Amino acid sequence: MTLVLEAAVLGVLTGGVYALMASGLTLIFGVMRIINVGHGALVVLGAYLSFAASRSLGMDPFVTLVITMPVMFVLGLVLQSVFIRPLKTDREALSVLVTYALALGIEGLLGYFFTANYVQLKAWYDTASFPIGDFRVTYVYVFGFLLCLAILGVMFLVLYHTTFGASIRATMLNRTAAQLIGIDVDRVSAVAFGIGMATAAAGGVVFGITTAFNPGSHYDLISRLLTIIVLGGLGSLRGAIVAALIMLVSEDITAVVISPVWASFVFFVILVLVLLFRPQGLYGVRVRERI
Amino acid sequence: MLQAGVLKIAGIIVLFAIALALPAIAPDPATTNIAVFTMMYVGLATAWNIMGGYTGYISLGHAGFFGFGSYTLGLLLAHLGVAAGYTPFLLVPVAGLATAVLALGIGWFALRTRAATFVIVTIAFMFMLQLLAENLVGLTGGGGGLGFPVPPWSGDYFNTPYYYAMLALATLALGISWRIRRSKFGLGLLAIRDDEDKALAVGVPTRAFKLTAFVVSAALVGMIGAVYGYYVTYIYPQFVVDPLIGISMVLMVFLGGLGTLSGPVLGALILEPAQLWLAYNYGASRLYLVLYAAVFLAVILVLPRGIVPSLTVLIERRRMRTPPAAPAPQQAVMP
Repeated sequence: MTLVLEAAVLGVLTGGVYALMASGLTLIFGVMRIINVGHGALVVLGAYLSFAASRSLGMDPFVTLVITMPVMFVLGLVLQSVFIRPLKTDREALSVLVTYALALGIEGLLGYFFTANYVQLKAWYDTASFPIGDFRVTYVYVFGFLLCLAILGVMFLVLYHTTFGASIRATMLNRTAAQLIGIDVDRVSAVAFGIGMATAAAGGVVFGITTAFNPGSHYDLISRLLTIIVLGGLGSLRGAIVAALIMLVSEDITAVVISPVWASFVFFVILVLVLLFRPQGLYGVRVRERI
Repeated sequence: MLQAGVLKIAGIIVLFAIALALPAIAPDPATTNIAVFTMMYVGLATAWNIMGGYTGYISLGHAGFFGFGSYTLGLLLAHLGVAAGYTPFLLVPVAGLATAVLALGIGWFALRTRAATFVIVTIAFMFMLQLLAENLVGLTGGGGGLGFPVPPWSGDYFNTPYYYAMLALATLALGISWRIRRSKFGLGLLAIRDDEDKALAVGVPTRAFKLTAFVVSAALVGMIGAVYGYYVTYIYPQFVVDPLIGISMVLMVFLGGLGTLSGPVLGALILEPAQLWLAYNYGASRLYLVLYAAVFLAVILVLPRGIVPSLTVLIERRRMRTPPAAPAPQQAVMP
């Protein structure tokens, strides 16, 4: 029982990190109607940037975010305007291919500069732990959870309490109508992509401290993140957060009750159940979408 | 018009004759190796197009069916104790049948969704198959991989049987694709691509049609995967359920022209040799992936509609601009 409880606590803590990564992905979908298949690669890129910064500047991994988040944000603006904005026809399908290509390019570049060897971010809190009741919790999970909570909080503040946030939400609701009332949807899209990338950087740091990673790690990440946003309902931030918590808690419990090798399988089981009973996801609206 | 038709048929016959004679024209193993992989992608792209091109449902998970076909043949050979040689080729349709059954199940779930969600669901199912191949160690050998019996053929001849097997499957895929394109079923699929709700409203059984296209497309990919497994003689989960294989066939279709008959063939004939060349020259460093991604982006951004549709538009425009021969003499009447 203690094991299950411990797994549940761990699931909530890591769920918070996945909630942040998935909300960036679902925000990008919501604003631009594109599936960013490269999101996993962006998280890995963020992790490598922090790795390089902490190694060469001797910084604490979390502190490197001061550098990597703005860098990733600007990179997001550039990538969006160079590769995604030019897509005019058949956007949804083509954007999948373009972001896939970006993922491959990032994987290749990271492999070139950092080799395919596994690395991990180091900090004093990566294995140190403190006791809660009958079990111990590693500090990094708590720090990571708090960080992601803080960033999610800022994101919600921006989205719901600023004019720019309102224009982002308007674009998510109806792109054409937003354009008609004078919102520069291209600018909104670029900023949304930038925000998505900055949150990927933050998620990447926590991912990089808790997991050994290499340039190819993005495949595993993206399949999880995509499953999460489908469960939550594409384009729903609340959905992404709830879904991330559900997925990660079930995964961690499965790992202790059944076996760690079957843990990721839970993702697919939940996905199939969702498709059976609620194809639009938890918070999704059943839209008649077309490619 | 008739002349154009005759020209077309003659062209197809010439191309097919070249494809048939290729191992005799260029018997060097390095070349036939490229030919095997290129023909494999001609088949894969054509098969993918039956679902992705005709119905507009983009599946990024076809690598799952590819790997499933591979594993099915490998396990069949191992459990039936089939010796290496030509017999394994006869079991390829069995792998296709098994893949069709799997695709029926997956399609039944996946096709409850549309557009973006469908894309994601196919990716998820692909990774699920990869994980199953990894975890069912007792059946598949897990990460340790699965070996195929190795045929005793000489190095000069080794590639040839595989080449003809791939050619046969590519021809089959093309034949099916052509047949579908000219049938009422094919019209229904195109109607789904253009507007699924309207198609349903005018009485197209959209669900059954989509599922049929999905199953046919997957079964072909499964058979090609089976031959591939036998060709490379050793497979493991990440190697055959490789997302890169899944995305390559999609890219080829987009380069050639989505939903056209010749587009996927053209795309594969251009991209696969290029891809192999990149892998051969830059494969050692990870730059190979960067270059591949660059080609990928260039294709999508420069030719988003694909070669065949772009050419068709160009030819049509040319035709419109040059006035027909008949009205021309009227100019003579003018003083």
